[in-house]
Amino acid sequence: MTDATQLVGNTRSTRKAGRYVYIASVVLLCAWVLVPLYFLLINTLSSPETVNSFPKSFIPEFDLGSLTFFAGFEGMLTALKNSIIVAAITMVLSVLIGAPAGYALSRFDFRGKELFRMLVLLTRAFPLPLLALPLAVLFIRTGLDDTAFGLALVHTTLAIPFAVLITFSLFSGIPIELEEAAWTLGCTRLTAFTKVVLPLILPGITASAIFAFVISWNEVFASAVLTIENRTLPAFLLQTLGEAPLHLKFAGGFILVVPALIFIFAVRKYLFAMWGIANR
Amino acid sequence: MNARLLPYMLILPVTLFLGVFFLYPFVLVAQQAFSGSDGFSMANFRDVFSYWKFPISLKNTLLLAAIVVPVQLALSLLMATMVSKMKKGRDLVLYVWTIPLGISDLAAGIIWLAIFEQSGFLNSMMSGLGVIDQPVNFLSYQHPGVIFLAIALAEIWRATAIMLVIIVAGIGLIPKEYYEAAEVFGASPWKRFTKITLPMLRPSLQTALILRVVLAFEVFAVVAALGGTLMPVLMGEIYAYQFDLLNSNAAAALALVVLALSIAFTVIILRVLRVPKGASI
Repeated sequence: MTDATQLVGNTRSTRKAGRYVYIASVVLLCAWVLVPLYFLLINTLSSPETVNSFPKSFIPEFDLGSLTFFAGFEGMLTALKNSIIVAAITMVLSVLIGAPAGYALSRFDFRGKELFRMLVLLTRAFPLPLLALPLAVLFIRTGLDDTAFGLALVHTTLAIPFAVLITFSLFSGIPIELEEAAWTLGCTRLTAFTKVVLPLILPGITASAIFAFVISWNEVFASAVLTIENRTLPAFLLQTLGEAPLHLKFAGGFILVVPALIFIFAVRKYLFAMWGIANR
Repeated sequence: MNARLLPYMLILPVTLFLGVFFLYPFVLVAQQAFSGSDGFSMANFRDVFSYWKFPISLKNTLLLAAIVVPVQLALSLLMATMVSKMKKGRDLVLYVWTIPLGISDLAAGIIWLAIFEQSGFLNSMMSGLGVIDQPVNFLSYQHPGVIFLAIALAEIWRATAIMLVIIVAGIGLIPKEYYEAAEVFGASPWKRFTKITLPMLRPSLQTALILRVVLAFEVFAVVAALGGTLMPVLMGEIYAYQFDLLNSNAAAALALVVLALSIAFTVIILRVLRVPKGASI
């Protein structure tokens, strides 16, 4: 009898201990993600002198010196502007080109569907930034070299597989019966799409667009290969890595991170849905 | 419009786009790699292979992938299992864990630079604890091991999220009945993990591993931010060929080497983790 109660007590205490270990690991893994970001934040919100001094304080002093220096650095704001332009073009292109294919994959059975899916999936198994090398020559011939549009074309190649897969999963989530009902009520295929389907998937389309924006915003290698005068922010930072002072690097890194944080927060609902479908 | 033609009209833009900007550049890069002064030649490859930095950069790239990818796989499987049991705060924890997904490799390199540089937080912490008297310049040629560690940590920190997302999505697709049945028959949590989760996750693991291994061979900006030229990797060498040595034929040849490596590993992963026909969910 006492043995039995002791046993029950034991399992309860081990379960309790397990629960603490579990919570502690979750907290620890959250810290593993957040603490390095916090360090970057401290460095960004410190004056240039503090950033280069030792030892570091673990509390930010809320000085905008580093950020002001970043904004005043020759060419930096232009690079920031270029980054936004390239990412915006990538965003529009990848949705305009990718969404129709996503719709076709979810609504139709057609010959060559598997082949097409393979082509799209295949792009992910290749180191795509390498394509920038031959394209550099091609772009010089066509006058696209060192332009935002030329770079956006390459970034669109990176973003298109994701645009197709996300829109495919979005369209698959909307029953075809809704469209069929609209057809019987006198809609054509096109008006049924614009009046019924489009309003329903607009938030998802936005998520896919944001994803394309982040892909372009973060891309370094192709940007560095394809632009010379009109560098994007990552390419410009990469170029200055050798000689730039620390506070410039950290402020630049911070500016790179902030939009990404907001964007991931905006698309978090779609992240998992899209990969779930993509694996089938 | 003809309903039979409609799907082809819809996929035409993507097909054309990928044809021009994905397939065609591969033809171009191969052409460039095999071109010499008089037509076809292997000279570019001989150049690349005989350069003293090639074996080191190949070794560094492969070693980095061999260490980073398994750690990420284990970590993301652990995180995904932890999240699947979670009731309260699941969304918040998942958001925090997927934050690095949006962070570029360059930014990740800079973030870890804040920790490892001479006046950085690691030195500050160690001097605060009295372990060292003087700040150590970790990222110098005297500490190649620390540079490697810093790069590996930055890569693990940044790119575990993409695997986590794929695996969490994959676990979501496994029918709950399997677990309930296993529980009825008294299978332990570990048994359930190895006998249900892992086998059912195969398609997701395939995707996750292919994506990560290919990205690991592409490692570039993290290395540039943390190691500079002290730790050569393949992508960095391609960049150097293109811009410092102005030899774009050699850059193309080395690009083909990276490409071949990526394809070889993709095929291996597909073979090892192949999903038996008719066994998908």
